[in-house]
Amino acid sequence: MCKDCGCSITDMDHHYDHNEHHHHDHDHGHHHHMHETLHHNPQLNDPKTISVITKILAKNDHEADHNREHFESHGVLAINLMSSPGSGKTALLEAIADAAPFKFGVIEGDLETSRDADRIRAKGIPAHQIQTGSACHLDAFMVHHALHELPIADLEVCFVENVGNLVCPASYDVGAHLNIVLVSVPEGEDKVEKYPVMFRTADLVLITKCDLLPYINFDMAHAKEQARKIKPSVDIIEVSIKDPKSIQNVIQWISFKKSMRS
Amino acid sequence: MHEYSIVQALIDQCEELARSNKATSVTKVVVKIGQYSGVEPHLLETAFDTFKDQTVCTNAEFVMILQPLVIRCTDCQKESVLDQPHYLCPVCQSIDIQVVDGEDMMLMSLEMEE
Repeated sequence: MCKDCGCSITDMDHHYDHNEHHHHDHDHGHHHHMHETLHHNPQLNDPKTISVITKILAKNDHEADHNREHFESHGVLAINLMSSPGSGKTALLEAIADAAPFKFGVIEGDLETSRDADRIRAKGIPAHQIQTGSACHLDAFMVHHALHELPIADLEVCFVENVGNLVCPASYDVGAHLNIVLVSVPEGEDKVEKYPVMFRTADLVLITKCDLLPYINFDMAHAKEQARKIKPSVDIIEVSIKDPKSIQNVIQWISFKKSMRS
Repeated sequence: MHEYSIVQALIDQCEELARSNKATSVTKVVVKIGQYSGVEPHLLETAFDTFKDQTVCTNAEFVMILQPLVIRCTDCQKESVLDQPHYLCPVCQSIDIQVVDGEDMMLMSLEMEE
């Protein structure tokens, strides 16, 4: 029953009826209004279309904002580390542990094992391992759970070492302030172009295992050029854990970003 | 394969919206998938078909609007569609641009039955 025009005809007839009226009657606005009312009348067993326009991952994004607030309330800078498996995320954190002037903790994400968290803890750094089972990325809910397992009040920086994967983690905000994306020399410079969504998220790209440059064809200039086509403002540092100066550069970058947020 | 997690979030949203609108089933789900959102549309469709069973979306038609990358140049004010992920203005070559569309995954509309 449509109370605007008082009719009780079926939906189909009603539609045609309105169309007919449009041909004969120039009061389009009025009829349009009646048409809308018909579609939204809950008494009619009629498909109802609602416009939503929300991000599909809105809940994750909301939780990510909550995580960021949580980090900020403790003055902690949170950094999401992303790369393929084996690019050197954990090795980088071990090297940072030996030289960093700031106190940090690590949230580790892997499908199985707590090997990475064990490696970090062996350096005297607090770490919590998330085992995702089969999930190919960390999301904000997993990170939220994990950050309660860390002594966050004692930290200045918290790294989230994401699951090794150049695709899926790019779609999930985990609540970090900055994203560091690693690509190692043996992977090849084309990884930047092949995974643009990931490299688009980067605030800093680290080209790791640079001590292997003499043995591997890796076009450094091309890799940097491609990274800056995808993200013109991105910072890029060449790193080797065998070169303490390069690790210092990473630490300085983090310390600078930290000082700009305090 | 994070498409399964994304579909899970999408179906959860549909269930909530159906409940708040007192609908018993969803007949059509319209999503907009950015070309550079990091999601493979074909896999998303497969994931939707796999996960919709025993949810309000069981009989839902799944419509994907594929959204190319659109930027607006802050310098020359022109809006352009980029066919590759090179984030500069094709008109004036400025890198001072803003992404207008093409990097997000959005639920746009739902068609429901009472």
